[in-house]
Amino acid sequence: MIYSLIGHYSLILGLITGLILFYLSFKNLKNLSVFDIKILVFTFLQFLFVVISFLCLIISFVISDFSNETVFNNSHTTKPLLYKISGTWGNHEGSLLLWLLVLTLFILLFLIRTKNQSIKYKILTLVFQQIIIFGFFIFLIKTSNPFNYLFPTPVEGLGLNPILQDPALAIHPPILYLGYVGSSIIFSSVLAATSLKMISSSWAIHIKKWVLTSWIFLTLGILLGSIWAYYELGWGGFWFWDPVENVSLMPWLALTTLLHSILVLEKKAILTSWVIILCIATFTLSMCGTFLVRSGILNSVHTFANDPERGLFILIFLFILIFLSLFIFFFFHKEEGKNSHIFFWFSKESSILVNNWFMMYFLSVVLIGTVYPIFLDVISSEKISVGPPFYHKLIIPFLIPFLLVMAIGPKLKWIKSELENKIYLIFLLFISILLSFIIIKNFNQSILINTILVSSAIYLFFITIRDFFFQKYKNISQNIAHFGFSLLILSILFNNLFSSEIIVNLKVGETFENSETKIIFESVNQKKEKNYNSIIANFHIKDSNGKEDRLSPELRIYNQPIIATSEADIKTTIMSDKFIVINLVKNQDFFNVRYQVKSFMLWIWVSVILISFGGLISLVQKRS
Amino acid sequence: MKNLRIILIIFLIFPMNHLEANEKDKLNKITKNLRCLICQGQSVYDSDSEFANSLKILVSKKLGEGFTEDQIYNYLKDKYGDWILYDPELNKNTYILWLLPILLFLIGGAIIYKNYIVRK
Amino acid sequence: MKKKFLSFFIVLVFSFIFVIFFRGLQDSNKYTPNIESKNNIPSFNTKNFYSDLSTNSSNIFESDKIYLLNIWSSWCVPCRQEHPLLVNLKKEGKINIIGMNYKDNKKNAEEFLEKLGNPYNEIFVDLDGTIAIELGAYGVPESFLIYNNKIIKKYIGPLNKKLINEMKKTIK
Repeated sequence: MIYSLIGHYSLILGLITGLILFYLSFKNLKNLSVFDIKILVFTFLQFLFVVISFLCLIISFVISDFSNETVFNNSHTTKPLLYKISGTWGNHEGSLLLWLLVLTLFILLFLIRTKNQSIKYKILTLVFQQIIIFGFFIFLIKTSNPFNYLFPTPVEGLGLNPILQDPALAIHPPILYLGYVGSSIIFSSVLAATSLKMISSSWAIHIKKWVLTSWIFLTLGILLGSIWAYYELGWGGFWFWDPVENVSLMPWLALTTLLHSILVLEKKAILTSWVIILCIATFTLSMCGTFLVRSGILNSVHTFANDPERGLFILIFLFILIFLSLFIFFFFHKEEGKNSHIFFWFSKESSILVNNWFMMYFLSVVLIGTVYPIFLDVISSEKISVGPPFYHKLIIPFLIPFLLVMAIGPKLKWIKSELENKIYLIFLLFISILLSFIIIKNFNQSILINTILVSSAIYLFFITIRDFFFQKYKNISQNIAHFGFSLLILSILFNNLFSSEIIVNLKVGETFENSETKIIFESVNQKKEKNYNSIIANFHIKDSNGKEDRLSPELRIYNQPIIATSEADIKTTIMSDKFIVINLVKNQDFFNVRYQVKSFMLWIWVSVILISFGGLISLVQKRS
Repeated sequence: MKNLRIILIIFLIFPMNHLEANEKDKLNKITKNLRCLICQGQSVYDSDSEFANSLKILVSKKLGEGFTEDQIYNYLKDKYGDWILYDPELNKNTYILWLLPILLFLIGGAIIYKNYIVRK
Repeated sequence: MKKKFLSFFIVLVFSFIFVIFFRGLQDSNKYTPNIESKNNIPSFNTKNFYSDLSTNSSNIFESDKIYLLNIWSSWCVPCRQEHPLLVNLKKEGKINIIGMNYKDNKKNAEEFLEKLGNPYNEIFVDLDGTIAIELGAYGVPESFLIYNNKIIKKYIGPLNKKLINEMKKTIK
């Protein structure tokens, strides 16, 4: 109980520190001769208070202090330690505390690491960030306090949903938030820079590392979420176009587009309006996503508890930020002269513009698909669902030109380019088409769109490999990232085309056999763990090549809350994953068995890691 | 260069044959497009709830009776509303949904071309 | 000038979006599927629970009589809660209650009725749950108020006193 008290008062102190920071900033803005060191001290203090608060919440979870309402709602004495800790941020209140942690951390780091910028700029960035931080403090303390007191103290908690008890999900929020919430610093600094009319190449160079940092974490965060979904939800799917997934994808799309636009701005003072809009849009999308997911306005597998009062607060907060940004943009920003941003059509600038064009299209597809049902419902009370078929139909055809431009674009020169001695480009294109045609035809999937799609992806794949060997360390970060992307598309395509599935009902001792696979249901045994009982089914699987595997999926019944889950057993190899789940069928003595061979799963994960690795290299590279 | 052209022509003439979807694939395709109405955002294919399992059996039956994919969708839409389909059909409710992104794409392209590109 | 027009337009668009989200919050996510429906009962084939005789829905429901079709199972926990209310309703005798045993084991269902009472005039079985879907049901428990071969009202989830009172008013 003492920890809840410390945690609560620490939050209040953090809020007060924020108010002091507003005061100090305004004072310093009047006298800009020197940077008031007290500002840095109080920024650090604010961060410290949030850390203390966060640690108190963790401790409350670990010691199972059920006088804390949040701990009571989300934990249980028999939960394993790792999940007691990760349960801290696996709920609405705790995750908001995580928001504050990242918000205060990033502004602290920003102030410490920003060396060559004006004092006025740094202070203004702090002010804008403090507006966001203030809003979250109020939101937390008023509507979502993690330190509410329960009396009398319950003896036991309500427990954490077992599907959330997974290692990937344990670290998914912190990593994701470092990207998602980290984009707040980009938002604050662009507003500061626009007000001071200092958007320029040097500003772009300065902000780029923040964009990269946020981007890398966001990419990895999304990856972890997908890995969790693959292991825990559904049958071997990793992306469902579920609103909560879309909500993390949208800032990623905006951030990637921003990253590319900054590349242009670094070299020349053009596309400034576009960069400003993207900086604002990224964090706005994060906030908007928070609204959609926590307010109860959408129906999804991952939503937190629904509460319209909280939703209203976030909605108003979000729109205050939007209107503030709009005001600053229209009032302070002056367009560059018309002639300075005319690009030759065949140049690196225009290929980046094309990238922006397509990325914004993809973003609009995801955004419209996610929020349209809300609009339709409000306007005409009709309810529709927008699911995977919508996104696939609108995105896949556009991937083809996108991949091709990704291959050729980086090779073009700034300002103007000509293609001499680039016969290899056409040669590799021809090889790609031929190769994909052979692959598709050979495996009996003769669909035209697949062939073209695979060719484009293979083309990018070849081009990036060739560039790696011929250009060595020039632009290696972009090379690796684009290579990773081509690998991602290829892995997803092959996963779709070549995976197979067998669904069959089997009793213990029975066997299923077809031309490719033999599944033997050998036995069941029971197991008792700390917080669940399980039935383990043992299978022996042989394929037509003579390869054998032993897989043991489980059916678990957890003690608190009482939920039955089905745990897949997955054997991962380089070429494919073997994935098996079982389910009880009501009133019958057999099990429903679902066995899948999922091709190239590992490569899907690896390719995303490669993409972020490319970003990491860019981050640590010294400017030549 | 000429060889390339010949090969491209052969490639294009090649018939676009679609694989005959067998029963299982058809069932999977349909159930992936149906929302499990008592779950929070799962398709009937993914879900193992009572509703989903019964619906799988029903769809199987209807396929056996000769219903086409669209007929099955219409049948279920009658009972449960448009909400049960994940693929929003193109009707007066969804014109904006399908066309707005394309419209934005074209507008974006036009803006870029007018303001930024020169051919010389 | 152009910039002023553009900024005004954008502010307008965002205000519109704000209003939509605000309204959306108020209607907030209570997706209640349409409970009112004046649809005809779909035709379905089923078997009698006790006799195992096949029959068609047209034989079960006569016009001019009011029926309550109740989907239930022995393994369904909320069904236990609503069952006493059904037994009471049967005692009052105003309405015919037809039971549809959903995805159940016959022995378990019989035990359930022995322990908690049998309010049903007739009971039929839905072994694989497809009849429930033919009726447009979501699961169990679910009940339909039927008159003149039309579904007058659908009750999703267990019945409670309030709904029963409403039902009685509707019947009058």
